[in-house]
Amino acid sequence: MSTEERKGQDTSSRQTRGAVGDQRLESAAQPVAPAVEAAQQVELTINGQAVEAWEGMTLLQAAQSVGIFIPTLCHHKELSDYGACRLCSVEVIRGRRSRIVASCLYPVEDGIEVLTESEKVVKHRKTILELIQTRWPWVDKELLEKYGAQPGRFEEKTDFCILCGLCVRYCSEVKKADCLGFVGRGAQRQVVIYPERAIELCYKCDGGKMGCRSVCPTGTIPNEFAHTGPRFGKKLPLAYPVKSYNEDNAREVLQTVGDWRMPWVRSQTMPGK
Amino acid sequence: MIKLLKRWKESRTMEQDLTKVDEIVDKYESNDESLIQILLDIQNEYRWLSKPILSRVCDRLDIPLVRAYHIATFYKHFSLLPQGRHSVSVCLGTACHVRGANRLLDRVTQAIGIEPGQTTPDEKFTLNTVNCLGCCALGPAMVIDGEYRSNLGAKELAEIVAGAD
Amino acid sequence: MAKLKSLLDLEELRKSIVAARDPSKLCITICSGTGCHAYASEKVAEAFSSEIEQRGLSGKIDLRRTGCHGFCERGPIVVIFPDEICYLSVKPEDVSEIVSETLIHKKIVERLLYVGDDGKPISNENDIPFYKSQIRIVFGDNRLIDPQSIEDYLALGGYAALAKALFEMTPEEVIEVIKKSNLRGRGGGGFPAGIKWETTRNAPGDAKYVIVNADEGDPGAYMDRSLLEGNPHSVLEGLIIGAYAIGANQGYVYVRQEYPLAVDNVSVAIDQMRELGLLGEKILGTGFDFDIIVHRGAGAFVSGESSALMTAIEGRVGEPRPKYVRTAVSGIHGRPSNLNNVETWANVPLIIKHGADWFRGVGTEGSKGTKIFSLVGKVKHTGLVEVPMGMPLREIIYDIGGGIRDNKKFKAVQTGGPSGGVIPESLLNLPVDFDELSKAGSMMGSGGMIVMDEDTCVVDVARYFLNFLADESCGKCIPCREGIQQMLVVLNRICEGNGTDDDLEILTDLGDMMRDCSLCALGQTAPNPVLSTIQYFREEYEEHIKNHRCPAGVCKELINYYIDPEKCQACMICMRNCPVGAIEGGKNIVHVIMQEKCTKCGTCLEVCPPRFSAVSKLSGVEIPEVAAGGIKVR
Repeated sequence: MSTEERKGQDTSSRQTRGAVGDQRLESAAQPVAPAVEAAQQVELTINGQAVEAWEGMTLLQAAQSVGIFIPTLCHHKELSDYGACRLCSVEVIRGRRSRIVASCLYPVEDGIEVLTESEKVVKHRKTILELIQTRWPWVDKELLEKYGAQPGRFEEKTDFCILCGLCVRYCSEVKKADCLGFVGRGAQRQVVIYPERAIELCYKCDGGKMGCRSVCPTGTIPNEFAHTGPRFGKKLPLAYPVKSYNEDNAREVLQTVGDWRMPWVRSQTMPGK
Repeated sequence: MIKLLKRWKESRTMEQDLTKVDEIVDKYESNDESLIQILLDIQNEYRWLSKPILSRVCDRLDIPLVRAYHIATFYKHFSLLPQGRHSVSVCLGTACHVRGANRLLDRVTQAIGIEPGQTTPDEKFTLNTVNCLGCCALGPAMVIDGEYRSNLGAKELAEIVAGAD
Repeated sequence: MAKLKSLLDLEELRKSIVAARDPSKLCITICSGTGCHAYASEKVAEAFSSEIEQRGLSGKIDLRRTGCHGFCERGPIVVIFPDEICYLSVKPEDVSEIVSETLIHKKIVERLLYVGDDGKPISNENDIPFYKSQIRIVFGDNRLIDPQSIEDYLALGGYAALAKALFEMTPEEVIEVIKKSNLRGRGGGGFPAGIKWETTRNAPGDAKYVIVNADEGDPGAYMDRSLLEGNPHSVLEGLIIGAYAIGANQGYVYVRQEYPLAVDNVSVAIDQMRELGLLGEKILGTGFDFDIIVHRGAGAFVSGESSALMTAIEGRVGEPRPKYVRTAVSGIHGRPSNLNNVETWANVPLIIKHGADWFRGVGTEGSKGTKIFSLVGKVKHTGLVEVPMGMPLREIIYDIGGGIRDNKKFKAVQTGGPSGGVIPESLLNLPVDFDELSKAGSMMGSGGMIVMDEDTCVVDVARYFLNFLADESCGKCIPCREGIQQMLVVLNRICEGNGTDDDLEILTDLGDMMRDCSLCALGQTAPNPVLSTIQYFREEYEEHIKNHRCPAGVCKELINYYIDPEKCQACMICMRNCPVGAIEGGKNIVHVIMQEKCTKCGTCLEVCPPRFSAVSKLSGVEIPEVAAGGIKVR
């Protein structure tokens, strides 16, 4: 399936699944009681509303328990909290001090005042959404409008993966398979597939539907697993080429192989080539 | 599918002597907390971290390959490609920068013929930039095989390149 | 040496070491820090060694390779005791003269002395202006000891503070003293060490850890390296005292692998301590067990952030973790972990030995004690300086640093590394103090102090720091990863002459978002160099954007090299030296630079003879046309 077809076909469902917390919001309608029975109760205010929560809950859980919406991207109920997208940032006021924190990670505290839509928060969310758009242009339109994000404000990269880490965490924590992983650092950070494990395990993951694909908000993970050797993972590169290599031919093999690159391998294109 | 797997596993016979890898892992008592230290020693010994090396380390320490690859690509000191016999590092620290490190780098790249991060095709030189050598009085500074030099001109660089084996 | 099993053993050992030393004996000390090593100090040391042997003076003269003296501009530094005669920039060829004149005939070799501004040479190291205003309580011992000799450290009173803590104080009392002294973290955060120790001590956990952060990543800062290389025992003694106070039995020293000498010296020091029983079980006969592991970094600036460092020690990728739960409560493996910088630990034995009031006697209201800075850049005397908190920046740069080199004009001083900002001339009277520097939009940071002159372009400096941070960002969170990239796009645009009127607003918006929303301090402070330079040098940005002009003549796309036809005498020197053959002309024909070929390397400007000075850098102006056929020389 070509890129354009995939874009046209699935964007609608992907848009709603993407950077919006609605679905999870419904299932989290009941207050989440932590496992420990004797947990301490904590009282805080969110957007002026008094909220009762238990020690150990995060601000996001507390907000969702009373139906307050906070947009999230890299957060997932079943996976560990990552805190990478910062879209869920809220303003926390304690006494005279105010700070911006990630609500998916910040533990509830007694007596704090939380603002989920303060002026600062709205401004920052706008900028974050604009930055996400540089990598993946099909961010949910409602969300963009709500925060006034303008597309095209920043230089675009459009390499589809927004590095939310959901696929990596899913494969590692839920499936315990480690077929996907991060490599590199900074803007060279990428998600890659490990060919040997992928060949052995992915085709039977979640009945062939592949769990990582079901959590990916952008559709970067291909929806069919082409069992034709190095051609799978067209959008997600492999961690290393399938072809074997040794010290003498490493440089040639590790460069462009097929239609993907490994920018994190230092000593790239040979001089003169 | 299974055929592909078999064919691929056969193609993976690589001749690389991994005894030193085992020795280094033994030195750290196969402790996965020492993964970074182990890889540092291996990088210094072999001058690169090939896939068989990383696979062996992961087998011995019982950790997923994902973790070793992330570490090997995260830290600057590790290389997934063989490094040259002579290492040349130009300091781009702030003090050297204001003293003209960029012009020194231009002269060095011209003399050796590669960009920072690259290795010459004959594997003689690997050129890197570093973020502070700590010899700010020598600025703009560079290190060639452990020897510190200051503000070398184009002629001196050409001599050094010609004289290296 | 036998293991020390009690306080008495320690004191006996110390006495015997001191008794075996003769303070009036001639001793040659050679600075062997990495800086002087780069100047071939080892060759000087070997030359002395063989010269002394040749002359049969081996028993009469001691030779000691010491830690860094700090006056790195004039290395290799040789100081001859007991008179403390200081020779600078010593070469191996000078050695035989020094041995015959100074050591044998007791005469001074004047040409190797420091010469003051009044023309008078100074022979005693302590009288040299560079050192005079400094208060070298932490760094001073470097010049007296061989870092690989525990006896040298013991002879100076080393480990007496440890003994005092173990035998005369309870852990809580130790913490009280540190709290009272108001020792604030010297790594950049400036957090009160005593409070951190107390939090760690009180946090629940089955084991606790203490860590030395020697990952000094700020480019231009090398204080920690010189301290760890030159006097590792001072840091380690502080670490054990801290471990005792906190209740930790395991310590880590995280050193960057780019500091091989520091790794070596600290490992040697640890081995020596183990041998003497200062590490291991039942230290000095008490019930206190403690040992240290050295962990090398592998080339990541971000791994110097405390939570990232702890993750790296666990053997995982050194990415920062959210710090809503402090690492003092949950650090390595979720256990309470106290991390402090090298310099912070080195202050601890001094405070225990001399007391909190002694420490408070130096410094300002909010910042007590001293701070070691690496004074580098366009200043005459680059090196490491230790000054009392509260000393005005002007004094550090002009009195100690000797002012701007080459008679150029001061522009700004950058403090705090990539997390800091610039301080312009108007604020030069600012005292070095954690809070004062933060108020001015910069920060103390780990101590890098980079002096810039009129030939430095601040837009280029901001771009330089962003490039550094883009390379070093771990890439986990969107604000830092994407924010830095987009800020770089804008800055590159400005430096190339394509800046737009919205650019400064875009930079400020991005900067504000990164400050508030980033996961760790790297991202949160990444906008500082940009925002600080915009705050104090807005006109320079506007010159770049509106007039396509770089006033300092640095930004390559905005400058042109130009040969003034009135001044050029057609000597052909620049023509021969141009690496790309971009200069046309010949004998008696005025040279002309072909702008399309020119790579702006600056060689022509450097080689044009000063008596002609025909080459200049133009920016923001049209290059005058040259008549065809060339002009004859006037």
